[in-house]
Amino acid sequence: MPPELLRMIITAVLVVAFVFLNAMILGYMERKVSAHIQRRPGLMEVGPHGVLQLIVDGLKLIGKQLVVPEGASPFLFRLAPLLSFVPCVLPFVVIPFSRKLQAVSMDVSLIYILAMTSINVIAILVAGWASNNKYSLFGTFRSVAQAVSYEIPMLLSLLSVILITSTFSLKGIIEAQKYYWFILIQPVAFIIYFISGLAETNRAPFDMPEAESELTAGFHTEYSGMGFSFFFLAEYANMFTVCSIATILFLGGWKGIPLPLGDYTGIVWFLLKVYGLLFVMIWVRWTYPRVRFDQLMTFCWKYLIPFSLANLLITAVVVKII
Amino acid sequence: MAYGTLIEIFFYFFIIMILFGSWLAVTSQILMKAVMGLAMAMFGVAGLYLYLNSPFLALMQILIYVGAVCIMIVFGIMVGYTPKELAAYAIEPKNTLLSLAASLLTLGVIYLGLSKAQWQPSPGAGSGDFGITNLGLNLMNRYGLAFELISVVLLIAIIGAVAITWNGKRRGLSK
Repeated sequence: MPPELLRMIITAVLVVAFVFLNAMILGYMERKVSAHIQRRPGLMEVGPHGVLQLIVDGLKLIGKQLVVPEGASPFLFRLAPLLSFVPCVLPFVVIPFSRKLQAVSMDVSLIYILAMTSINVIAILVAGWASNNKYSLFGTFRSVAQAVSYEIPMLLSLLSVILITSTFSLKGIIEAQKYYWFILIQPVAFIIYFISGLAETNRAPFDMPEAESELTAGFHTEYSGMGFSFFFLAEYANMFTVCSIATILFLGGWKGIPLPLGDYTGIVWFLLKVYGLLFVMIWVRWTYPRVRFDQLMTFCWKYLIPFSLANLLITAVVVKII
Repeated sequence: MAYGTLIEIFFYFFIIMILFGSWLAVTSQILMKAVMGLAMAMFGVAGLYLYLNSPFLALMQILIYVGAVCIMIVFGIMVGYTPKELAAYAIEPKNTLLSLAASLLTLGVIYLGLSKAQWQPSPGAGSGDFGITNLGLNLMNRYGLAFELISVVLLIAIIGAVAITWNGKRRGLSK
């Protein structure tokens, strides 16, 4: 076996393992944080403070049957979870966890990540349509309108950073933040990106596609067992991707105060920043109520897009002058 | 197995993907499946770009055609029709003829272009410089014609959308 192929297989296994681990950590974190926000202890039964609960849950989901509802399109129904999971795993290949830890170094890695995350919407569409269920379809409608709208301010806010660095390479962007983080000179872009990221990953207060109290569970109402868990894994993987882009573009990536850990310093700083942002995402979810759909659209088209356009224009002028 | 063989296998995999996707796109009675076929063919084309050592083009293909165009089409289908209505929808012979003429014309134009073209590696190829400055300069200078043509295509698309809705309003599509 050629060494290059071996390297590819090892990378794939490690990346998928990390995605599962990340979903477990985030699942535990979400339930614990929500519990403490609501002044209750949360998971306590399995293991000390319930740390093994997610493993038990995972085993339960693997053991369950995937029920295909009557009148559903069987092939598309089974395809959708995979279609949702695979593109969410692929961005992890190019994320630079530290100066040395990056599976594939690409010149266009930022575009690669954006291209992969845009496929996720198709998976939601297929899932909602193939389920043959009105709640699923409603969730899908909302999800697509939301994802398509919020992708615009998201890309515009990223573009204002790209204008400064003039490169799409994630490593190059981190190296450009030698003296200061870009959040200091692009605070508006960071806020717009983070809000759009919340909407893109269907998190509260923008969780219209899976609003439990209105639509049961939105596009994945009909899914059970591993079908459901693939959507679950994809959502958490997506959250990690959004937060790691924010970390790389605005918070200096792996850079930080040197710790006595040698080469691992970068990984520690990177993961600390990403999980810090993820904590904020969970915090926002359990603090704010869901917005109404027309408010969601108004906020995107009347506030976020004009502000991100103005920000982009000002950045372009300033970059040209300097 | 040599590394080169693996790449060859992927090349044929992409070709099969394009052919199967296109076949699905034109033959499927259910529009949703047809769009999935289209998305599959677009993926295959992106794979070919990757095979031809142009990752930027490949990613743009996925971002624009799979991530935006296909989703807009599916959204249109879901808002417009239910599966039962679609199954009852018969293709008119007039439409078949028109679409055949349109595809033959496109094929002819592409064939003319291909047969006249003189293939030679472009001087800037493989430089791997995907910086904003380089991309912008290339789009505005070297590929200025392509850039302008794209805007014409967009204009035609907008006019077409207006024309279609205009017609539907007059005739009244709801029966």
